[in-house]
Amino acid sequence: MSTVSAERTETAAPVLSMRGVSKHFGAVAALTDIALDVHAGEVVALVGDNGAGKSTLVKILAGVHPQDAGTVNFDGKDVTIHTPVDSIQLGIATVFQDLALCDNLTVVDNLFLGRELGPWRLNEVEMEVQSWKLLRQLSAKIPSVRIAVASLSGGQRQTVAIARSLLGSPKLIILDEPTAALGVAQTAEVLNLVERLRENGLAVIMISHNMQDVQAVADRVAVLRLGKNNGTFRMKDVSTDDLIAAITGATDNVVTQRAAQSGAAAAASTAGTAGPDGTAGPDGTTRASEGAAEPGAADGPAGPAGMGGPGGGSMPPGQPDGNADQPGSGAVPEEGNVP
Amino acid sequence: MTTNPTTPVVPLATDLQDERLIRTEGFKGAIKVGVNRVRGGDLGVLPIIVGLLVIWTIFQALNPFFLSSANLVNLLLESAAVGVIALGIVCVLLVGEIDLSVGSVSGLSAAIVGVSFIKLGWPIGLAVLTALAAGALIGLVYSLVYTKFGVPSFVITLAGLLGFLGVQLFVLGVEGTINLPFDSFLVWFGQQAFVPAWLSYVLAALGVAGFFLSQLTLSRQRVKNGLSGRPMRLVVIQTVVLAVILFFAVWYLNQTRGVGWMFVFFAALVLVMHYAFTRTQWGRSVYAVGGNREAARRAGISVNRIYVSIFVLCSTFAAIGGMLAAGRLAASAQSSGTGDVNLNAIAAAVIGGTSLFGGRGSAFSALLGILVIQSISSGLTLLNLESSFRYMITGLVLLLAVILDAVSRKSRTSHGRA
Ligand SMILES: Nc1ncnc2c1ncn2[C@@H]1O[C@H](COP(=O)(O)OP(=O)(O)O)[C@@H](O)[C@H]1O
Ligand SMILES: [Mg+2]
Repeated sequence: MSTVSAERTETAAPVLSMRGVSKHFGAVAALTDIALDVHAGEVVALVGDNGAGKSTLVKILAGVHPQDAGTVNFDGKDVTIHTPVDSIQLGIATVFQDLALCDNLTVVDNLFLGRELGPWRLNEVEMEVQSWKLLRQLSAKIPSVRIAVASLSGGQRQTVAIARSLLGSPKLIILDEPTAALGVAQTAEVLNLVERLRENGLAVIMISHNMQDVQAVADRVAVLRLGKNNGTFRMKDVSTDDLIAAITGATDNVVTQRAAQSGAAAAASTAGTAGPDGTAGPDGTTRASEGAAEPGAADGPAGPAGMGGPGGGSMPPGQPDGNADQPGSGAVPEEGNVP
Repeated sequence: MTTNPTTPVVPLATDLQDERLIRTEGFKGAIKVGVNRVRGGDLGVLPIIVGLLVIWTIFQALNPFFLSSANLVNLLLESAAVGVIALGIVCVLLVGEIDLSVGSVSGLSAAIVGVSFIKLGWPIGLAVLTALAAGALIGLVYSLVYTKFGVPSFVITLAGLLGFLGVQLFVLGVEGTINLPFDSFLVWFGQQAFVPAWLSYVLAALGVAGFFLSQLTLSRQRVKNGLSGRPMRLVVIQTVVLAVILFFAVWYLNQTRGVGWMFVFFAALVLVMHYAFTRTQWGRSVYAVGGNREAARRAGISVNRIYVSIFVLCSTFAAIGGMLAAGRLAASAQSSGTGDVNLNAIAAAVIGGTSLFGGRGSAFSALLGILVIQSISSGLTLLNLESSFRYMITGLVLLLAVILDAVSRKSRTSHGRA
């Protein structure tokens, strides 16, 4: 708890501080008594199983639906976020899980929606130029910005949604499963981007099911379980085991059992065969058995190494099994050169 | 650069650099883009132009007076009133809503003008303003009911259809019909006001020059900023085609009475709305709300304000249309705005290519659509066919237009242009 970054985050006041936030939909208590702090220059990963309430938390911050109880403090002031406009004006930019793009409008139109240049005489040229600049920064593979968003692939739409959030100058960026639909290179670009945002002193909340992504960029991990806080961990101090236990609510569960199985399988044959059994499922879960041995250590180099390359660079961690569901690119690390 | 040494080193425009982009530079490229677009279900104004030509050919074959200058002058004048109402319908359709009460609102507006101008002796300007205000107020009420209670617009406006027909009858009182004097502004505007020949040519020239210059400056600005410009040849050809059509039309109409001011007024409203829809933040928001309301809301657009502005605009256009119709008829009658006014206005917007599904369409669809409907109406009148045929044929054309809308929507989805 007393690392350098810990000192920084503990001295400065958090950009966002939520206390006692609750939200229910009819009889379903989606969120109960949630507390969450995010500091400037900090990436907080928000993890939890499906239905844990992550997206609901995001939507409260984005003004999509206001909370039933609790306080939100932003930039030192208690705020009430009733509408998306409130959220945007505070400096919160959100990339929604369901993206929220207008299919009938072009890429440029979507990027600048709600903040068009020249309200009475749209400056289409300037908007298009800025769009290209922004999309190039994200290494977006979008053939034309003058085509309707409907004709883009899932990953391209995701990139447009992320690019959207960067326009304007937000203080807090919320990414709800930003890499879920992305390819290898694009995932790396998004993780790169998240690191750049942190370097620029922005606060970032990133939701992800991918433990590799989380470990690659997060400073802290906040776990939600069944709509309640289930621990906040400093990335450096926590093992994937502990995280998964916090997410699933038990140390003995399907994930660890499965990890134990594949761990045994890996031990039985050469380590290399554990990867090819492809379906091995939840990323980073198999690593739970082995990764525990060298928790934080692998992360250090993983970030830069994984980010650096132009394409196929999204295999951050050094663990062998982590590659189980990654396509191609044969990044079988240590064991790879044994046979 | 690395693989192919023959690649020219001329820097490619920023928007043409993706290697998957099928080269569409220059004139031929532009043609190809157009063809692909139509194939992909983005039909634009093509079906309606074709439809209009077919209708004109048939009626001209049946009655040679149809395409005469005198008849076309009349046809344009007849188009203006319902055309303005259709412009309002385009507004509501763009946000994916509907207004079924435009006929009643136009009738009420005619009644208000008639009563306040003739019976109460108000100055015509005040009478017109009152009718406009009534239209705007009705739209405001609709939008408030819609945004506060979430009642579907077709139900609210169905109630309005009945309710405001009642108000219209009430305002007109026992006599039922109020004749407007022929020397009043409204009647003059609807029947006698024609653009002087020289001025009509000047207006046409301004239109052509405006089109050419806006295309040219846009293209220049794009090239200056490293984007691809529009091919010069294409711009020139488009300008020439536009010039030929406009000047020929003006010349032909000037063979008899010329271009009516009322039609010019309608065309001007269409141009203003076209600008508002395509070149302002408000217009962009309108399309966004029609395409994905929740996405628009999350982008920070005040969706309710858009609905308010749209419903107010629609009812106000209906009020304007009602006054134009009263001027044309030289009377405010109990029958003003009843009958097929409502359906013709809605049909015109849809036939003109504005989608019933929201988020797709243009101000020009009001103009093109009403031309189709008035052509059918005028042609059948010339053939001495009763209104029964007019209803049947207009109904058929509307059905065709809606089918085209639905089919091209499907096609767009499969071609990734939804
Ligand atoms: N708009 C809504 N209406 C009703 N229930 C909802 C709504 N949004 C979310 N929920 C419920 O709230 C819970 C949390 O959902 P969500 O925040 O989407 O989970 P997560 O994003 O963590 O997978 C779920 O039980 C879900 O069914
Ligand atoms: Mg979610």
